[in-house]
Amino acid sequence: MAETTAHAVAHHAPPQGPIRKYVFSTDHKVIGIQYLTLAILSAFIGMALSWAMRIHLAWPNASIPLLAWLSPNGAPNGVMTPEYYLSLMTMHGTIMAFFVLTTAPFAGFGNFALPIQVGAADMAFPRLNMASFWTTFLGFLLAAATFAIPDGPPISGWTAYAPLSAVGSAAGPGQGWGQTLWVLAVACFCVASLLGALNFIVTTLDLRTKGMTLSRLPLSTWAWFIDAWVSLLAFAVLLPCGLLLALDRLGGTSFFIPGGSVFNDKVLPHSGGSPLLFQHLFWFFGHPEVYIIILPAFGIVAHIFPTFIRKPLVGGWKVITFAEIAVGTLSFIVWGHHMFVSGMSPYMAMVFSVPTLFITIPSVIAVLIWVFSLYGANIRFDTPMLYCLGFLSLFITGGIGGFFLAQPSTDSYLHATSFVVGHFHFTMGLSAVFATFAGFYYWFPKMFGRMMNETLGKIHFWLSFVGVYCVFMTMHMTGFAGAVRRYSAFVDDFMVPLIPIQKFMTVAAVVLGAAQFIFLFNAIWSRFKGPKAPDNPWEATTLEWDTTSPPPFDNFGGRQLTVYHGPMEYDGDKSVMQTSPEPSIAGT
Amino acid sequence: MVGKVFAVVVVLVTLVTAYSVITHVWWMPVDISVHGPKIDHQIEETILVAGLLFIAGQVVLATFVFLYGGAKNKPKQIPGGAKPLVLFAFILVGTEVLALSFIGSKAWGAVYFEAPDPASMKIDVQAGQFAYYFRYPGPDGTFGKLHPELINEGNQNYFGLDTDNDADAKDDIVTAELAIPVNKPILLTLHSKDVGHSFYVRELRVQQDFVPGLNLPIHFTATQTGRFEIVCTQLCGLGHYNMKAYLSVLSQADFDEWLKKQAAMQ
Amino acid sequence: MKSQHRVAAVAVPVLLLAVVLLCTVPDVAAAAGQIVGTVKLDGTAPHQKPIDMSKDPSCAQTRSGPASMESVVVDAKGGLANVVVYISQGLSGNEPALSQQVMLEQKGCQYVPHVVAVNPGQHMTVVNDDKTSHNIHPDPKPGGGNNAWNKSQLVGGPPIDVSWASEEVAIPVKCNVHPWMRAFIVVVKGPYGVSNDSGSFKLDGVPPGTYTVTAWHETYGTQTQKVTVAADKPATADFTFKAK
Repeated sequence: MAETTAHAVAHHAPPQGPIRKYVFSTDHKVIGIQYLTLAILSAFIGMALSWAMRIHLAWPNASIPLLAWLSPNGAPNGVMTPEYYLSLMTMHGTIMAFFVLTTAPFAGFGNFALPIQVGAADMAFPRLNMASFWTTFLGFLLAAATFAIPDGPPISGWTAYAPLSAVGSAAGPGQGWGQTLWVLAVACFCVASLLGALNFIVTTLDLRTKGMTLSRLPLSTWAWFIDAWVSLLAFAVLLPCGLLLALDRLGGTSFFIPGGSVFNDKVLPHSGGSPLLFQHLFWFFGHPEVYIIILPAFGIVAHIFPTFIRKPLVGGWKVITFAEIAVGTLSFIVWGHHMFVSGMSPYMAMVFSVPTLFITIPSVIAVLIWVFSLYGANIRFDTPMLYCLGFLSLFITGGIGGFFLAQPSTDSYLHATSFVVGHFHFTMGLSAVFATFAGFYYWFPKMFGRMMNETLGKIHFWLSFVGVYCVFMTMHMTGFAGAVRRYSAFVDDFMVPLIPIQKFMTVAAVVLGAAQFIFLFNAIWSRFKGPKAPDNPWEATTLEWDTTSPPPFDNFGGRQLTVYHGPMEYDGDKSVMQTSPEPSIAGT
Repeated sequence: MVGKVFAVVVVLVTLVTAYSVITHVWWMPVDISVHGPKIDHQIEETILVAGLLFIAGQVVLATFVFLYGGAKNKPKQIPGGAKPLVLFAFILVGTEVLALSFIGSKAWGAVYFEAPDPASMKIDVQAGQFAYYFRYPGPDGTFGKLHPELINEGNQNYFGLDTDNDADAKDDIVTAELAIPVNKPILLTLHSKDVGHSFYVRELRVQQDFVPGLNLPIHFTATQTGRFEIVCTQLCGLGHYNMKAYLSVLSQADFDEWLKKQAAMQ
Repeated sequence: MKSQHRVAAVAVPVLLLAVVLLCTVPDVAAAAGQIVGTVKLDGTAPHQKPIDMSKDPSCAQTRSGPASMESVVVDAKGGLANVVVYISQGLSGNEPALSQQVMLEQKGCQYVPHVVAVNPGQHMTVVNDDKTSHNIHPDPKPGGGNNAWNKSQLVGGPPIDVSWASEEVAIPVKCNVHPWMRAFIVVVKGPYGVSNDSGSFKLDGVPPGTYTVTAWHETYGTQTQKVTVAADKPATADFTFKAK
C-alpha cells in the first residue's frame, strides 16, 4: 500500500494551566487517561452493585446498611426490595457494558496509544475528541442520576426490552424518570462513540508517519481501526432505537407498543407497535457491541504478545488481522441468536444459527495463532503477559459455552438461565477485562513514567484468575440445572436447592472484587511512588516505545519519525524497533 | 516458575470443569416430552464436541506455557506456520459446526417445523404481570372473544371475557393451573396482557416467549404424569422472580375430573 | 378560724366551681350524634369465584381456609358488607382529620379489610403479615390530587405509613405479584363507617344537623339519603342495593 507522508498533523502550542492541561484537554493522551479513569471509577461502582446483588441472592433477608442510606425506598431497613434488585442489576449491566468494557480497551487505550503508534502528534480532530470524552462523561452523570430518583433506576435490564421500557411507570417502579434518564445516558454514549470512531478511522488513514504503511501498523492499531468501523455501524442503529423508545415514552407514539395492552386493569392508548422490532434494533447493535468490546482486547493481546514471547505471532500481521476483520463483519449477521425463542420465525432461527456457529472459525484462528505462537518461544511472565495468558484461557472457556447458545435447539433450554450469564461474563466481561489489565500494566510506564509493582500485579492476577472461574464457571453449571437469570430471589421449588451454590458464588465474587483493590492501590501508589520507568522497559518495538515515558505533549518532541520495519521483528530474541534504520534478519 | 504454576492451575481448572459437566453434578431434570430426547441428545453431542475443543485448547495452552517459559536460545516458530492452523480451523471446526447445524435442525424442527396434531387439545395461555392464567374452551370447543377493556383482575376476569353476552365465552373455563392429560398432544396459544413474558418448563424442554400483540403457538406431548413448574424467564418487572404456575400432567380420568371441578367453580 | 370552717371555706367554692364547670363545658360526647343503619342486597349476589392461589404456595401458610373474591360479600340474611357510608353534604368542611391509624393488612394473600375509609390527611398503615413479598400499588385518578405509588413490602418488612391529600371515591389498590388481590381506599371528609359482614354500619361523632349521606359499594355504585341527626338520638339510614 502506498504510504502516507506525514501531513495534516495538528500543530498546536502546549496547553497552559491545569484546566487546559488536565480537564478540558485536547491532548489524546490526557483524553485517553480520562477515559481510563472514568472506566476504573465505573468498574468499581459496577462491582459494588454486583456485590449488593450477590449478597442479596445468597442472603435475601440481609440488611445492607449502605443501601438504606442510598435508597430508603429501595431498601427499607437495608433489606433490598425486588424492584431495587432489578434496578441495581440494570445499572450494573449498563455501567459495565458501556462505561467500562466499551470505554477502557477502545476509547481509553486507543486514544492514548493509537496516534503515537502511527507516528502522529495527536488525533485528526483533537477538539472533537475532547467533546467525545465529555459527552461520555455526561452520559455517565445521567446514568448515575438515576440513583437519585425516589423511584430508583429502571428495572428493565441493560437490554431495556419494550414494552416494559416503553410504557412508563405503569409497568413498575423505576420505569418513569429512571428509564427516561437511562435512555438519555445511552444516547449520549452513542453520540460520543460515533464521534470517537470517526476520529480513529481518519487518524489511522491520514496521519501515519513516513514509512508507516498499513502493513506495518501495530496490531493494536489495526484492531482499533476495525473496531471503529464496527462501532460506527452499530451505534448508528442504537441511537435511533433509543430515539424511538423515547418517542413511545414521551411522545405518545407506538413504535414498540401494540394495542390492547392492559396495566392495572386499564387499557393503554397505544396500538400498532411491535416489541420484536425493538429486539431486532437493539440486538442489531447488541451483537456487534460484544465484538466492539472484544476486538480491542484482541488487539491489545496481539500487540503485547510478541514482546513477551520475543518473536512475531505465527502468520504475521495478516492472519490475525484478517481474522479480526472476519469476526467484525460476521458480527452483523448473527444478532437473531439472542431471539431464538422470542417469537421470531423459527426458520429465521436457523438462518441466524449458521453464521453464529461459523463466527467460531475466525475466533478459533485467532486463539490458535496466540497459543501456537507460544511454541518455541522465550516467554517472559511479567504481569502484562500473565494477563494475556489468562485472557486466552478465559476466552477459550467462554467461547466453548457459545456452542450451546448458538444452536436454537440447545438454546431453547439454556436461554435466560445463568448459563448465559456465565458465558457472557467470561467472554465480553472478564476476557476483555483481563486484556484491559494487560494493557494497563503494559502501558502504565509509558503513561506515567513509573513502573507498577510486579509482586502486587501477580497477586492481583492469581486471585482474579481463580476467582473468575469460581464465580462464572459455576454459573454455567447452575444454568444446566435450569437456574433462571434476573431473579431477585429464589423461591421456585427447583431453585431453592441451588441456594448453597449461590452462597459459594457470592463468597467467591466478594474475594474476586476485593482483589481489585490490590490493583487500585498498586496503580495509585505507583503513579506517585513507583520506580521511574525507562523509555522502553519491555524491550518492545512499536513507536510509543521510541519516545520518553511519559511522552512530551506532541508525542515525539518535534521529531518526525520514519518507520523502517513492521511491528513484530526480532533478531534472535532481540527486538527491532520499528524506527530502527538498521535492516534486520527478518526484513521489512 | 510462574509459567509452570499457570499451566498447572489451567489444567486443574479444566479437569474440575470437565468432571462437573461429564458427571452431571447439577443437571437437567428428567425429560417428560416426546421431543425432549432430541434436544437432550443435541446437548450431549455439543458437550462432546465443545468439550473436546475446550480440553484440547486449555491443555495445549498449558503445555506450551509450561515448556517455553524463560529465555533460552533463539525462539522458533511452529513448523508449517499459520497455514495448518487456519486449515484446521476451517476444516475441523467448520465440519463440527455444519454437523451441529444439520443435526440440531432436526431437534429444533421437532418442536417448531412440524405442524401440531389436528387432534391436539387447545388451551389458551395468558401471561400478565405477574401470573399465568389458562383457558379451556369448554363443551362448545370454542374460545370466547377477548376484550381487553373488560379485564378486571379484582373480579377475576383475567381474560376480559364478556360472559353476559358472549355464548362462546360463557362456558370457557379459566384456571390458575395448567392441567393436561398425559400422552395427548397439546397446543398452547400464548398471548400477553401487558409486557413480554416467557413460558419455561424444564422437564418439557419447552421455552417460548410471550410477545405483546402476538398469539404464539407451542405444541408438545407430555409422557409422564407429575407436577412441574412453569416459570417466567423474560424479565417482566418486579414480580418476575415470583411469576410461576404449576403444570399438572394427569391421567385422562383424573384430568376429566379436574376439568369438571374447575368448570363448576367458574 | 375553726378547722371545720377552714375546710368548708375551701371545699364549698371548689364544689361550686366544679358544678359550674360541669354545667357550662359543652358535653361533646352527649352532644355529638350517630348515624347507624344496615345495608342489604335485594336479589342474588353474583357468583364469587374461589381464588386459586397455587402460583404462590406460601400464601397458604397464613390462610385458614379457601379464598373467594370479594366484589359482593353478602350474608345469609342479605346484609351487604364493605359499603362505605359517609356524609356527602352538610358538613362545614373544616373537620380535622381523624387521628386514629387505619390499618390495611395483607394476610393470606388478601387485603384485610377489603375496603378502608380514611379522611384526607389521616394516616394509614400497610402491613405484611404473609410469608411472601407483596407490592402495594394504589392507582388513584390521574390529576385528582392523590399520588400513585408502587412499593414492595417484604416478609417482616417495616409497615408503610401513608396518607392521602384529596378526597377520592375510591382508590383501587392491587398487588401485581398476586393479581387477584384487590382493596379500595375511600378518602372522604368527616365521619364515615364501613358496613360489616351483616351489613351494619355506624358513623360516630356526627354533630347534630341535617345531612345527605352516601353509601358506596364497589359493584353497585352509590345511593344517597337525607338524615337529621340529634344530639341524643342516632339517626338511621338503611340502604338497599338491587342485584343486577
